[in-house]
Amino acid sequence: MKNTVLLAPVALLAALVLPFLVDATHLNMVILVLMAAQLGVAWNMLGGYAGQVSLGHAAFYGVGAYASTLLMIKFGVNPWIGMLSGGCLAALLSLAFGWSCFRLKGHYFAMATIAVAELVQIFFTEWEYAGAAVGLYVPMDKQGWLWMNFATKLPYYWLALGLLLVTLGVNWWIERSFLGYYFRAIKDEPDAARSIGIDIARYKQIALSLSAFFAALGGSLYAQKELYIDPSSVLSTALSIKMALVAILGGVGTLFGPVVGSAVLTSIEEFTRILFGGTGRGTDVIIYATMIILIAVYYPTGIMGWVRSFRERRAARADAARQMAEHAAASRQPKQSMQQQQGGSHEAVGG
Amino acid sequence: MKLLEVKQVSKRFGGLTANQDVSFDVDQGQVVGLIGPNGAGKTTMFNCVAGYFAPSAGSILLKGRDIAGQPPEVCARAGVGRTFQVARTFTGMTACENVMTAAMLLQRDVAKARAAAMTWLAFVNLERFADKPAGSMTISEQRRLAVARALAIEPSILLMDEVMAGLNPSEVREAVEVVLKIRERGIACLIVEHVLEGIMPIADKIVVLDRGAKIAEGTPQQVSNDPHVISAYLGDE
Repeated sequence: MKNTVLLAPVALLAALVLPFLVDATHLNMVILVLMAAQLGVAWNMLGGYAGQVSLGHAAFYGVGAYASTLLMIKFGVNPWIGMLSGGCLAALLSLAFGWSCFRLKGHYFAMATIAVAELVQIFFTEWEYAGAAVGLYVPMDKQGWLWMNFATKLPYYWLALGLLLVTLGVNWWIERSFLGYYFRAIKDEPDAARSIGIDIARYKQIALSLSAFFAALGGSLYAQKELYIDPSSVLSTALSIKMALVAILGGVGTLFGPVVGSAVLTSIEEFTRILFGGTGRGTDVIIYATMIILIAVYYPTGIMGWVRSFRERRAARADAARQMAEHAAASRQPKQSMQQQQGGSHEAVGG
Repeated sequence: MKLLEVKQVSKRFGGLTANQDVSFDVDQGQVVGLIGPNGAGKTTMFNCVAGYFAPSAGSILLKGRDIAGQPPEVCARAGVGRTFQVARTFTGMTACENVMTAAMLLQRDVAKARAAAMTWLAFVNLERFADKPAGSMTISEQRRLAVARALAIEPSILLMDEVMAGLNPSEVREAVEVVLKIRERGIACLIVEHVLEGIMPIADKIVVLDRGAKIAEGTPQQVSNDPHVISAYLGDE
């Protein structure tokens, strides 16, 4: 934990200078990392902390993207307002989502979320007003910070970073408030959670609504950055899986896990895209699947879990060495030289 | 007024009758043992009172209010605390966090909940394990942790499901001490128990169930001399 506190300002400083050190192509990749990380953090609120694995979060992301874009195209609404409206709309949609899916538990819940997200995708594919399968172009006539629309990549970097920090901030607050405790209780032992007066249906819904709200904000940002959305780019099941995977790979139920997961996953994804180009279509899907299998089999706690257990093992080894050294010192009081040797080895391991 | 009144409660699962017209009551600060041979319907009765099952018939009054058929979280807020046969601690949390989560029912503020939790941990002699992950504690420690967690919602009655099962004699003694301390605080206890040596000396009243129906009720002395009880436990000869 001490390391994390130390790491935060360093990471923030790195984030502030980074865009000036990389070229446009790499900057775009960093933006993708930040955006995927933000989605992972949003997903983690429900899937990681409250333990309700959703594979339908693209529905909220898509609603966010479509809400801000449609409001701007049809009514000339400012995208900042559109973004917030999209978030609220997604939170509203999450009520129906929760009402239908929370009747089921575990794997069945996950399967139901896929079905509901699929319904949303079909709905948008058929909805003529929203461009149906053709999709929507975000108008570029108004540019600048007020209209969240830029010809260069750099401002999108700040937007993605800002949104990630806000999402992390809210998650940090949740983690420390009673909500975080309630979510973890529901994840660990739902029956016991009820026995101490926690209305689990209500708190699962709160986790889902928060998660949906932030996923939708990410969707709006995507629309503003890419300037084009269609059902397959913002509502696909692959996207839902990616959100889950970013969090699971990094470490479920940890604050920074999704950020780590996103850095790893997005890098691999972009690397294969460069390596295989057009012929590499679907390679990322193969990689997702392989990673899911590897994580499930070898490291269910993700990268953060691996780091933590590595630290714990090291601490335990140092502890054991210290105890052995003390024991040896106590039992071999007269043999001065032996004791020194032991002390030396302990220092080597401990440091 | 009685604290808890169970009136003619029946619970049927399809064609199976787990409880048939069971009635008993618990006074403020009383320790009541609910005993009976395997399959007598003790745990079913217990789950009806805690809200995990809705009784098929009858009523359950807590401080005069009917809680029969209410969900567990409503029963908990009404004043029913419970523990489980397997401790069901939140294994991803530390001991202190387990109890804090429960204390948050009364106190949303995390720091105040932590202070309350430490008091309850001390109450069950676990304060030295406050920062230990609940999953790494022994069965006996986890059971006491579950008791502390249930107490942190400050119930007027605590339902304990086989808190002494599988414990060694010194651990049983610890569990008995905890029950006595709970009674001292004026909290009633309804204890489902197999370990009769544990429950008999501390119970104010024993209710005996057999095949879903109540066959005896009285002081431990009366009950242990009751021929119905003896035949239920040892079989008819």
